[in-house]
Parts: sequence; structure tokens; C-alpha cells
Amino acid sequence: MRDFFKWVTKMKIKFKLNGVVTEVEVEPHETLLNVLRDKLKVKSVKYGCGVGECGSCTVLLNGKPVTSCLVLAAKVDGYEVVTPDYIAQTHVGKIIIDAMLEEGAIQCGYCTPGFLTTIYAAITKGIRNIEDVKRALIGNICRCTGYINVLKAVKKILSETK
Amino acid sequence: MLAINSVNTYRIPQKFEYYKPRDLREALELLNSIEDAKIVAGGTDLVVDLKYRRVVPKALIDVSELSELRFIRTDGNYIEIGSAVTMQELVESEIVKKSLPLLAEVVESIGSWQIRNLATIGGNICNASPAADSVPPLLTYDAELELASLNGPRTVSIEKFFTGPKKTVLERGEILRSIKIPLSQQKFGWSYVKIGRTSFDLAKVSVAVLLRAEDGIVSEVRIALGSVAPTPVRARTTEKSITGMSLERAAVRASELIVSEIAPIDDVRSTAWYRSRVAKILVRDAIWKAYERFLQVGDKNEDQV
Repeated sequence: MRDFFKWVTKMKIKFKLNGVVTEVEVEPHETLLNVLRDKLKVKSVKYGCGVGECGSCTVLLNGKPVTSCLVLAAKVDGYEVVTPDYIAQTHVGKIIIDAMLEEGAIQCGYCTPGFLTTIYAAITKGIRNIEDVKRALIGNICRCTGYINVLKAVKKILSETK
Repeated sequence: MLAINSVNTYRIPQKFEYYKPRDLREALELLNSIEDAKIVAGGTDLVVDLKYRRVVPKALIDVSELSELRFIRTDGNYIEIGSAVTMQELVESEIVKKSLPLLAEVVESIGSWQIRNLATIGGNICNASPAADSVPPLLTYDAELELASLNGPRTVSIEKFFTGPKKTVLERGEILRSIKIPLSQQKFGWSYVKIGRTSFDLAKVSVAVLLRAEDGIVSEVRIALGSVAPTPVRARTTEKSITGMSLERAAVRASELIVSEIAPIDDVRSTAWYRSRVAKILVRDAIWKAYERFLQVGDKNEDQV
């Protein structure tokens, strides 16, 4: 009965990472965060709390922001994953980064890739209202400096994107 | 309870098998053939438990992609929600927004956007936390749970589903397939009031109310509370005694009676003392808020529970 299922303890998964089809061998106890950082060397995805509270490890899974520390890597077979380093190269991503730099929305920078990813997801989803962006950012925590400058940056981003 | 930094939460420090069945039948067969298999959907509770070794399963069965568990539909009498529908999908569902405004409002307040994109309604129910946010609204809606197993389906009312913290009537080999919510012809006002450390943290106390009134007299009321007993509870005694009272009297009386229907405890989030006191106030506020909503929706002609 169990031979019937191909995935048991070691499995090859195939998914689109930033548009590129990627194959990697994973074990069931590995999370997407583990595989991205350790096996695929995507270091723009940060490990913060590890339990889905802080948002530092946010990636887009089929276009939706999720905390990669809670996603089992095995699940990701067949999905599309987009990480902050890729978003930073996009047109909207550049606008977000410039606005964050200009408004000083960064201190130590550790939470920044997560903020970038969530703001990018909100903007590309068509969220235009500052209050709605604020609500979308509830899951991203900054422990250095707070959120005032982040919101200033968001206002700028909203005015600079259509 | 381990403090957040006392274990390394980067890795899951245990090994297990992983299965992604292609349909519900395969999932049920797997569940039957493996001792100590756990169902995983969004993983937002389970992966944390795995990291802290609170659960040590032999295998995980991932049901998050089963199309048989991923639907929201209505036939005019019921709205049926598949158990693997994510919280964000519920928030964005037109059916839910239109006919189950209380549920829509509550689900929008659950976790963060990142969490809602993973977490499922079935997972929230089956995890059986006394603080499960989606449960008090479902209690007031008199939701029914459809359980699937190889021996055939059965239906359990959500009020009978929970037997204690993290405990349910789910038997080995059973999977929650869907949640069925009967649609009522009557319009209700609704409210959900929650006290927590932050809006997206787990509740210390939460109260959901559905209410109808005529000329300022309560004609029907349903009250459910979370985080104040071993399971989320429906306050049937309070409901009965305040039906027929004027709103002013009903709100006061409910706040007096509610303490007899709850059994709060001390834990990391709050104390029993604080929970009883705050529950009294929240019930009163929730009744008034539901009444205000009732007056607003009364004029509109929308189908809504």
C-alpha cells in the first residue's frame, strides 16, 4: 500500500523558483526556509522567529505571501516561489526599495526583505489604500525602529505606482 | 511551555514520513494504515508543535491540496465550506461576505496575511484550541461538521465536536470534510468582540453574538465564547433567559449570567479572575453592538444568516 506513494522519507521536489524550474532533494522535516537558505543558497530569506510571528521569512507561494518557516518543503512540489532578491530586481521592487531608503524605513535591515515582499504582494494585488496596506503588514515585525517610516515609505510607493 | 528563544526554531528536530495523497480516499486509506499519522493542512499550528516536539507523529498526510476539501458552495439552504479552504480564501469569498458577515469579520482578524494564506478553517477547528477564533461564530451559526471515513460519513454538530482542550470526537481514521452552515430566512445583527494582547494574537476572551429584536425586545439571541472554558462554549442558559427582555435588561442580565456558563483558567495569556470579569463586560458590549448592526441591516433586503 505504501509503495504506492512515491514520497516517503526522501523526495525530489520540482518547483519554479523566481521563474526558474528548480529540482532539489528534500526530507519531510525540512521547511521551505531551510531548503531556500541551506540548499539553494537564497540568503535574502531571513530566519527570524521560526514560528510564523515575525514575517522575516516571507516569500510568495503561488503569488501569495506566506511565512516560509511554516511551509514544509515537500509541499512546495509544483508550486511557484518568489523570494525577496528577485523582487528587488523588478520595477515595483525598485520603487519600494528606493522609497524605503529615502524615508529611512530601515535600521538593522533584517526585517526588510520580509517587508519588501509583503509590500510588493500588496501593491501588485492592487491594494491602494494606506489602511489596507497597514493591515496587510500586520505580520511583519520590526524590532529596531518602528513603523512610522515604513508607512511614510508606503505612502510614497502608493503615489509612485499607478 | 517553552519560551520562544529557548529552542532553535529554525529546524524541525524530528523525522517523519510525508504523504501527499491525490484524493480523499487515498488520504483516508493512509490514515487507516499508519499508526500515529497526523493530518496537516496549512501547518501554521502543527509545524510549530513539531518544532517544539509537542507532537511526535510517525507520518504527516497533507490534505491541503485535495479538491474535495477546497470549495465554498451554497444551495440556498446551506452554505458548505470545505475544510481545506484557507482563511484568506474565506475573507475574499463573496458568498461568505454576503451571507455570513460575522464569520467574514472574524476570519479577517485571524493571524496575519501570511498566516491566513496558509491556515485553513478545518485546521483551526480540528486543532481544537479553546481560543480558536473561527469557532465562536460557527457555534452561533449552528454549524454542522461533515466527517469522512472509510466506514462512511457522519455529521456532528459543532457544539458536540469539542471534548476538551485539543480534544475532539474525531475518531481514528476520520477526517473533517466540510462545515455546513444552515441559512436562516431571518436577518440577524452580529458582533464579535475580542480582547487580546494585539489584534492578531490569540484571544484572552472572545464573544460572538447573533441577535434579532422587535420593538427593542430580544426575539432571538445566540451567544458563544472562546478562551473561557476547556472548549469554545455556547451560552444556552443565558440566551434562554434574556430572550423576551428589553435590550437594556437583556444586556445587564446576560453579563450577570454569563459567569455561570464559563470555566476560565490561568495561563500564559491571562488569569481566570481577569477572564471572568472581562467576559461580563464583553458580553454586554457584544449584545449592544449586535443590536446596532441589527438596526442597520434590518432595512436592507439581503439574504444573510
